Amino acid sequence: MSSSNPLRDPADRRLPRIAGPSGLVIFGVTGDLSRKKLMPAVYDLANRGLLPPGFSLVGFARREWANEDFAQEVHDAVKEHARTPFREEVWQQLIQGMRFVQGTFDDDESFERLRGTIEELDKAQGTGGNFAFYLSVPPRSFPVVIQQLKKHGLADQTDGSWRRAVIEKPFGHDLKSAEELNAIVHEVFAPDQVFRIDHYLGKETVQNILALRFANTMFEPIWNRSFVDHVQITMAEDIGIGGRAGYYDGIGAARDVIQNHLLQLLALTAMEEPASFDADALAAEKTKVLGAVRLPKDLGRDTVRGQYAAGWQGGAKAVGYLEEEGIDPSSKTDTYAAIRLGIDNRRWAGVPFYLRTGKRLGRRVTEIAVVFQRAPHSPFDTTATEELGSNAIVIRVQPDEGVTVRFGSKVPGTSMEIRDVSMDFAYGESFTESSPEAYERLILDVLLGDSNLFPRTEEVELSWKILDPIEEYWDTNGRPAQYPAGTWGPVEADEMLERDGRSWRRP
Amino acid sequence: MKTDLTDTTASKINKALVKGRRAIGTPAVGMVLTLVIVTDEENAYDALKAASDASREHPSRTLVVIKRVSRSPRDRTQSRLDAEVRVGADAGTGETVVLRLYGEVVDHAQSVVLPLLLPDAPVVVWWPVNAPLDPANDPLGALAQRRVTDTYACEQPVKELAARADAYTPGDTDLSWTRITPWRSMLAAALDQVACEVQGVEVEGEEFNPSCELLAMWLADRLDVPVKRAHSGGPGLTAVRMDTDCGPIVLDRADGSLATLSIQGQPKRAVALKRRDTAELIAEELRRLDPDDTYASALRYGVERLKSPDGSGPPAKGEREAVPAPVESAAKAPADRATAQAPVKKAAAK
Repeated sequence: MSSSNPLRDPADRRLPRIAGPSGLVIFGVTGDLSRKKLMPAVYDLANRGLLPPGFSLVGFARREWANEDFAQEVHDAVKEHARTPFREEVWQQLIQGMRFVQGTFDDDESFERLRGTIEELDKAQGTGGNFAFYLSVPPRSFPVVIQQLKKHGLADQTDGSWRRAVIEKPFGHDLKSAEELNAIVHEVFAPDQVFRIDHYLGKETVQNILALRFANTMFEPIWNRSFVDHVQITMAEDIGIGGRAGYYDGIGAARDVIQNHLLQLLALTAMEEPASFDADALAAEKTKVLGAVRLPKDLGRDTVRGQYAAGWQGGAKAVGYLEEEGIDPSSKTDTYAAIRLGIDNRRWAGVPFYLRTGKRLGRRVTEIAVVFQRAPHSPFDTTATEELGSNAIVIRVQPDEGVTVRFGSKVPGTSMEIRDVSMDFAYGESFTESSPEAYERLILDVLLGDSNLFPRTEEVELSWKILDPIEEYWDTNGRPAQYPAGTWGPVEADEMLERDGRSWRRP
Repeated sequence: MKTDLTDTTASKINKALVKGRRAIGTPAVGMVLTLVIVTDEENAYDALKAASDASREHPSRTLVVIKRVSRSPRDRTQSRLDAEVRVGADAGTGETVVLRLYGEVVDHAQSVVLPLLLPDAPVVVWWPVNAPLDPANDPLGALAQRRVTDTYACEQPVKELAARADAYTPGDTDLSWTRITPWRSMLAAALDQVACEVQGVEVEGEEFNPSCELLAMWLADRLDVPVKRAHSGGPGLTAVRMDTDCGPIVLDRADGSLATLSIQGQPKRAVALKRRDTAELIAEELRRLDPDDTYASALRYGVERLKSPDGSGPPAKGEREAVPAPVESAAKAPADRATAQAPVKKAAAK
C-alpha cells in the first residue's frame, strides 16, 4: 500500500514513520503500568505526530466508567506522566477515538460490546479493522482473555487488516509453563502477530549497544576472549517488593529479571554481527548466542541467591523481605540473584559473564561492564601502577544513560604515577531531551508490525532452559543468604567472584 | 557565567571560553555542533532565544554574528570586535558567544568565526533574515555543512525561492521547508490509506508565504500532476485539496492548530497540525545534517510552473511540455534530474 505512495520516498528523511490506520485496546487499563507508561506513551506518540489520523484507544476494565470518565482518567495520566508538553489540539485529536468498555474477562457480553466498539470505530474513525490488544493483566488471566478474543472473533484478521497481541512479562515461570502459554497464545494469534514486551529492549541505550558494537571500528576488534577478561551485567533496584507481594513471592529476582532483561542484554552484548537489522537476522543471532550459553558445573559454587534483611536504605529504615506484608516468613524466594555463565563459542570461550540483580540494593542502576585483561607487560614499576585497575567499557542503561571508558592515565606531577580515569559519554549531554520512552518506541513498533525489538518464542524458551536448572538446584539446596537492605548484596556473592580472582564493580 | 570583552580577538574569546568552563567545573562537554547565527541587532534576541531552546536537544556552541551598521565614513574605517561570552546556565546547554562587528571587520566575519568553531564537529549557519543570495559562496556559508535560510522573512518570498533554486548547493535548506514537514507527513499518511491516483491538487494559504509554494512544488514534483496555488487569509497554510480517481482528499486547517482530514468514503478525522515556533524548527533542522535531496528536488521544480490562483494557466504551460526531463524518472533519481535540467536551462538562455 505505502510502497506505491508517490509521496513516500526513502531519501526523504524528514517524514517520520507513521503507523497506518489502527487502534489499541488495553486490557487492565486501570493498572499502574497503563496509567504511568502506556497512556502517556500514546499521547507522546500523538504529540510527535507519529500516530495515524483517527487512531483509537479502547480501555477495557471492570470499573463502571463512561467514555468521558475514561477520557478524564487518560487526561490526568497524560498530564502527570507524559514526557512532552500537553497540547490541547493533540488532545482533541486523541479524544475522538477514545472508548471504554466495562466488563470482566469471563463475561461474554462485554466482549460482544468490545466487538461492537471496534466495529463502530472502524466506521467513525476509519481504523480499518487494525487493532492491537495489549494484555496488561496478571499472567493467570492471559488464557481466559486470549480465549475470549478468539471466541468473539476479535482475533480474526480479514482481508488486509491485522490483529495483534501484546503481552508483558512474565512469560511463564519455567520452560513448561512458557511453552503452555505460547501454545495458548499461538493457537489464536499467529507467531508473527504476537509481541512480547521487554521494555528494556525499547530503551535507547540498549539499542545503542548494537550501534556501539557494529557501527564503529574501535570496539569490535577487542570484543572477544583475547582482550576481555569478564563481563558483568547488573540490574539493581533500591526499592523493595512494595505492594507486589502476591506476584513476587514464589517468582523471585532470577525469574523476574534475569530470565528476560539480563539474558537479553547478554545476548546483545555477546552476539555475532547480524547480516542485517531486520527482525529475522537479529533473532537468529540472539538465538544462536543464547543457545551457546553454558551453565557452571557446580551450581552451588557459581550461583548465589539472597534475601534482603532489615536495614537502612538511603537514609530510610527498610524492613526485611520476610517481614514484608503478605510474605510467608519461611519463604525461600530470592530477592537477589547472581550467576556466572559461560558462552561456548570461539569468541567467548573461557570468558565468564556474571549476571546479578536484586532489590533493596545500594541504588537503582542497570549497566553492562566489559572488563578487559590487564596489560601483559608494564614497563612501569609496581608503585607506579598500584592504583591502576583494569580497563573497562561500561554501558550505562539507566539512569544517566551513556557509555564510560575507563583507562589509566598519568597523575600530573614529577613522579610517574598512573591512576584510573574515565572518559564519559552521556546521552543527556549530546542528545538532551530527545530520547523517547521505551514504551513509545515499542507501541509504535507494534502498530507498524516491526518486531525487531521483541523477544521471540525461541528466545523465551532458551532463556528458561538456562534458568530452570538453577532454580531447581535452589529449590532443593539450602536457603537464600541474607543481606542488609541498602548494601550491594550478600557477602556470598563477593566470595563467588573472589574465588575467580575478580570483584564486583560498584556501579 | 558571562564575560564581556571589548575590542577583542578570537584568541582572547577562546581563552574566555576555557576559563568560563573551568570556573563552572565542567571542563569537557558533549557539544555536537557549532551553530553560527548571522543577523542584525534587531533580530539577534529572538534568534538567540530560539537557538538556546533548540540547544536542549542539540547541545552546541552558538556563535551570534551581529554586523553593526556604520553611520559615518570615519566609522567605516575603524574596525572593532566586541564579544559577550556566556557559559553555563546563561547559555542553554552549550556555550554562546555574541560577536558584535564594527567597521571593516564586518566584511571579514569568517576570520572571527573560523578560530571559534568546535574541532571536528559540524557547522551550521543560520540567517534568520537577510540571507545572501548564494549562501554556499558566502564567506561564512562556506564554512558550514548546512546553511539555513528563511524565505518567510523576505520582502518577496516567491522571487527569493526562485533565487534559492538557482543557487542551490547540497546542504542548503530553508525554514519555510521545515515548516511544512507535519503537512507533508500527514498528506503522505493520507495517501497511505487509499489506493487512488491523484489527478490534481490545490494548495491554499496566505499570500507571501513561501511554505505554500514549497508544499505545492513538492506535491507537483512527487505526484506529477498540475498543482494550483490558491490564496486565503491564513494563518499560514490553510488547506490542501487532492482530487483523486476515488474522490477528493482534503486536509483543512482553518485555525492554525487543529486540522480536519476528510477522505471520500471515510469518516472525517481531527488531526493536530500546530504551527510550530522557531525553536522547534531549528531543532528539526539540526537533527540531520546531510543534504536534503527532497528539498532540492521540490525547489527545482520551479515556482513559475505552479498554476496561479486566478485559474489562468501558468505562463510556463507551454514550457512545461518542453522540459524534456520526465518527472517520473526524476522522482527516482533527483540528482540525475538536477544535472539533466541544468543544460536545458542554459540552452534556453542562449
